[in-house]
Amino acid sequence: MTDPVLATHGITKSFGAVQASRDISLSLQPGEIHAVIGPNGAGKSTLIAQICGGLAPDAGRVEFLGQDVTPLPTRKRAAMGLARTFQISALAMEDTVLQNVTLGALGARGGPLGLLRNALKDQDLHDKAMTALDRVGLAGQASTVTAELSHGQRRQLEVAVALTLSPRAFVMDEPMAGMGTEGSHRMTAFLGELRDEAPILLVEHDMDAVFALADRLSVLVYGEIIATGTVDEIRNNPQVRAAYLGETA
Amino acid sequence: MSRESLINAALLLGLAAVPLYAWATDEPFTITLATRVAILALAGVGLNIALGLGGLVSLGHAAFFGIGGYAMGILASHAQSYTPLMEVPFLIEGTKSMPVIWITAVVASALAALLIGVLSLRTSGVYFIMITLAFGQMFYFFAISWPAYGGEDGLSIYIRNDFPGLNTLDPIQFFGICFALLVLALWLNARLARSPFGLALNAARQNAQRVETVGLSPFRLRLAAFVISGAITGLAGALFADLNRFVSPTMFSWQMSGEIMVFIILGGVGRLYGPVAGAALFITLEHFLGGLSEFWHIYLGALLLGVVLFARGGVIGLLAGRKVAHD
Amino acid sequence: MTAILFIEQVLNGLQFGVMLFLMAAGLTLVFGVMGLINLAHGSLYMVGAFAAAAVAGATGSFLLALVAALAAAAAAGAIVELVVIRRLYDRDHLDQVLATFALILIFSEGTRWVFGSFPLFLDIPDYLSGPVTLPGGIEYPLYRLTIICTGLVIAAGLFWLISRTRLGVRIRAGESDREMIAALGVDISKLYTVVFALGAALAGLAGAMVGAIQSVQVGMGEPVLILAFVVIVIGGIGSIKGALIGAILVGLTDTLGGLLLPELFKLFMEASAASTTGSALASMLIYILMACVLIWKPQGLFGGQA
Repeated sequence: MTDPVLATHGITKSFGAVQASRDISLSLQPGEIHAVIGPNGAGKSTLIAQICGGLAPDAGRVEFLGQDVTPLPTRKRAAMGLARTFQISALAMEDTVLQNVTLGALGARGGPLGLLRNALKDQDLHDKAMTALDRVGLAGQASTVTAELSHGQRRQLEVAVALTLSPRAFVMDEPMAGMGTEGSHRMTAFLGELRDEAPILLVEHDMDAVFALADRLSVLVYGEIIATGTVDEIRNNPQVRAAYLGETA
Repeated sequence: MSRESLINAALLLGLAAVPLYAWATDEPFTITLATRVAILALAGVGLNIALGLGGLVSLGHAAFFGIGGYAMGILASHAQSYTPLMEVPFLIEGTKSMPVIWITAVVASALAALLIGVLSLRTSGVYFIMITLAFGQMFYFFAISWPAYGGEDGLSIYIRNDFPGLNTLDPIQFFGICFALLVLALWLNARLARSPFGLALNAARQNAQRVETVGLSPFRLRLAAFVISGAITGLAGALFADLNRFVSPTMFSWQMSGEIMVFIILGGVGRLYGPVAGAALFITLEHFLGGLSEFWHIYLGALLLGVVLFARGGVIGLLAGRKVAHD
Repeated sequence: MTAILFIEQVLNGLQFGVMLFLMAAGLTLVFGVMGLINLAHGSLYMVGAFAAAAVAGATGSFLLALVAALAAAAAAGAIVELVVIRRLYDRDHLDQVLATFALILIFSEGTRWVFGSFPLFLDIPDYLSGPVTLPGGIEYPLYRLTIICTGLVIAAGLFWLISRTRLGVRIRAGESDREMIAALGVDISKLYTVVFALGAALAGLAGAMVGAIQSVQVGMGEPVLILAFVVIVIGGIGSIKGALIGAILVGLTDTLGGLLLPELFKLFMEASAASTTGSALASMLIYILMACVLIWKPQGLFGGQA
């Protein structure tokens, strides 16, 4: 097995009496899509927040590109190439689509931000931004105000912003949420190709998408990973069937 | 040219034309009023960088206004009494030179903004408002209780400071200086808004998480905006002191902070020229309503309440339509 | 400096703190329950003081004056809530700041219009004037002692109200979950009016009680309001306990700072310089205290969420 791009080692987090994460260890290998599934309240959002830097675990550590990033804030992890998309779109809603993607390109470029140059006339930023928009199929909406996009388009824009970061790994929180059948098929196909560029840790409710995409699956129940394996292994895991699939079936 | 740009151009032209007309008809008081508008608009433009671009509702900008004022007052008072400001560890003399005073005012208020910003930007929302208000009040009380520069009575400067090549005692020439600085600040604000810094700052106002996940620090963006904002308001303070040839702790008062913010809302939140329209309206109201009634603040309050509750776009919003322009 | 002077100043600080608590409690409740920042809270303090001074002048009764202060401030609070404030709950903080700033202008100028620009005076009644002798032979003004006791009784009453009564349960529910409380069938807009009027009444009472020590004049509320903000920043927004502890900290720091700092500077400075430097620094002391709390605990001593 090669070295994982992203890994958690025994992450534990409690809020008062509630244990939101119990000793979670999982890894993301190069070129794979690793899906994390689990019922509502299983602790998926808490897990993502600890991986990406919004929350500090009580115990355990997060490794990214072989480096312990547990003490680093969100922005340092992002600057290293950890690209995150949000379940509830985190976009500058009053800004245009292009401005949102340009922001990503700016962050990826690093260094001091200019005070007097026009950001949208910076050819390098513009090219990067348009390439990303083109890839997710939003190039036609570049000058639309983000608030006017549909939910599905906002998801696409989230992915486009992530693309501008030259990511080494993606962490995606329900990228299919709010998409129609057709949109979610297109997104599934797109993510399938994206894994060659950088591996994806995918938290998703859409089981069709998960079964179609995931190389490996981890099942999170009550803050604990009860099983990790291929799609078939998970489907046939009696514990999983009892704890999770049984409930939703 | 969009409708808003036309209104903006008309505003600037109007602000320049009124004192020119007053100069031609020899009405120096009107020139002074226009100079007040230009200076207060400059203070508003400063606050607008924090408030409009950064979403930082600072109720303590009087601190920077006052620091600018006292920078002028302290330097000029030492120059007029021929006493050095300090002798150890090195000699600093007072000065009557406007450019030197301006630089001092800008640097001093930027430093104060850095200090206040580092502390108050650790929080957000209501905390930020209350903390900036409190720090403003701290300077106010300090100015009152520090007797060296007049304490509660303030400091009078007998002759307006000098600017190379101009006669600053001539009202129209002094107006020209203030107007030029206002235009410069508006230009800077417009450039900032479009710059990469402005793009990121504006995004941080709408969604700080977004900015962090692309690897930028909302805290640093806001701090930079707060410092630039404080520096410009400080410059306005130095000019205001020069206009009145007087500084006192009232420049630090919370009412001053409130008024600077009122210019922005009267003109229109998020509008580049909002502070210009707001300050012009404010001074006009003060002049005419103040002449009609001793209690004109009641009408101002009612107007402000009406604008906040029913006409969020302010004057420019009413004239240019609701939507804020996107580039 | 004698021990007696010191204890006297501690009591003065306590008295100041207790008054700040009455202001801060209303502000922090209104923020905690409605998410509203109210700059016009100082105006309600002023309304209380003026109502008390007017009624005391007309009837000569101090008790009636206090009742009038409570009633006038509560009524003014309820009216303002019904007419203006409730339109602001869904607005951003900038709108709240500006609208309540407008209210200050209207209140202040309105009061000046009715009562004129000259300060009014509210006399301490005979039965509360003069000193009392405390254990240890310390003489202390009875009126100030009464303020301390009244404030502490009200603080206890508030804690009881919040933790033990149905209104308190609703207030706490309103703080944590607005939809929940609406779903429970509580008339939320009535609850808001009541909470706002309650906060206003406390501010009015504080204004009336302080009015008898200082003069009653337009603009008396805002400096106290800003100090109450400092109290809330220190104590943590929404916490009554934080408001009480923050208020007493601020009251003691301000009073003792003014006394002790000049003395402290005299140890290594010449006397007149020490007293000017000391008192200038003392005027900044509570803000320095606030800055320290911010560095240590940005959400305040008892603050949960912002």
